[in-house]
Amino acid sequence: MAGVAVSTTINGDLVEYLCQPDETLLEVLRDRLGLTGAKEGCGTGDCGACSVIVDNRLVCSCLVLGAEAEGRQIETIEGMAHGDQLHPLQQKFLEHAALQCGVCTPGFLIAAKDLLAKNPSPTEEEIRFGLAGNLCRCTGYDKIVRAVQDAANVMKGA
Amino acid sequence: MRYIRPLSIEDAVGQLAGAVGPAAILAGGSDLLVRMKGGFIEPELIVDIKAIAGLSDITETADGFRIGAAVPCAVLGENAALKKAWPGVVEAAKLIGSKQVQGRCTIVGNLCNASPAADSVPALVAAAAKAVVAGPSGKRTIAVEAVPTGPGRTSLAKGEIIEAILLDKRAPHAGDAYQRFIPRTEMDIAVVSAGVNLTIDEAGVIKAARVALGAAAPTVLLVEEAAEVLTGRKPDEATLERLAKVCSGACRPIDDKRGTIEFRRKVAGVLAKRVATTAYQRAGGK
Repeated sequence: MAGVAVSTTINGDLVEYLCQPDETLLEVLRDRLGLTGAKEGCGTGDCGACSVIVDNRLVCSCLVLGAEAEGRQIETIEGMAHGDQLHPLQQKFLEHAALQCGVCTPGFLIAAKDLLAKNPSPTEEEIRFGLAGNLCRCTGYDKIVRAVQDAANVMKGA
Repeated sequence: MRYIRPLSIEDAVGQLAGAVGPAAILAGGSDLLVRMKGGFIEPELIVDIKAIAGLSDITETADGFRIGAAVPCAVLGENAALKKAWPGVVEAAKLIGSKQVQGRCTIVGNLCNASPAADSVPALVAAAAKAVVAGPSGKRTIAVEAVPTGPGRTSLAKGEIIEAILLDKRAPHAGDAYQRFIPRTEMDIAVVSAGVNLTIDEAGVIKAARVALGAAAPTVLLVEEAAEVLTGRKPDEATLERLAKVCSGACRPIDDKRGTIEFRRKVAGVLAKRVATTAYQRAGGK
């Protein structure tokens, strides 16, 4: 079966691929493009582990078809650090030990990045509501919330 | 399976009308992709409507607002004019799913998925919203409550697409509101819900009312008796008690893991009172 030819931009790079019409963007990222940072947790849009940003919108890549990416701007966790320079959120997640097994972490980082881009000074409540689409079964969320608050302070000062 | 992205509504309608096997419309995909993954639907044709001109826009016209079928709910929440005119519709749409889902899900998708618990639908019905349906024989405009006919079923014929939702221009002294009951604060589906839309006069007397209940019957309920209770009165304690009683009585709910019939009946009344009070305050009533 012939695939759908897609031309898109991922983390600033032009990317072209062929995918099947029923293939999700998550499957394309992981299995065709080797971008395995986005994780499949539930595959049904409940856990947020596959979060990516498409045209400035936070979405679950498991709920987007690969074919839909045509002409879009996609940001994944792989584009978050600049070389060896970690994004402040990544740095603060490390400092606050805001992860244990780490499967949810790329999704949390992308969702937190989107949150701070739209609201640079969120309250604790806004952070908790803003990250409600990301599930973590290890940390209990407090460390994640503190890491995001700390990163927000660093980013405002920068 | 084929995936197509038509550029015109006529092409999309033609493709759907001519489809041989099962066909599905894709806007946000937050229901469709889950159903495909679960094996509940195996479409041979997916028609992505997001490239059709106008379907991704919210337009303010002389008559009110036109919300394109592909507008994600997150965008509704960012539209200051819409939020000011129809706060109840916007707050209902914003309750659907997470931030991630908000970036994709649409009110037309919520309507056409035809879940009895759809959050945006009671708010739209209370707002007397209309759906613009494009089909093989042209376009027609129908009341939102005429779309769902049962859980997962709609009145749309083969080849028909809802291209937009219409909301009237706001009369002065009018307000709407929506609330649902869920056992947590986020990321859940309504156990029962209520949407109320009120217009009041200078003295604060309710001139017109629409009351809709969600998850209280196989389809959204427009409770006309509740509107009669409110019309011509102020929402004093006795009126709100009568409203609650009428709403509880109008419910035809089911028992399931999220709530019993008895619980849903009671909460429908409680929510109707609270939502009517909020709608009244938003209309400028004191």
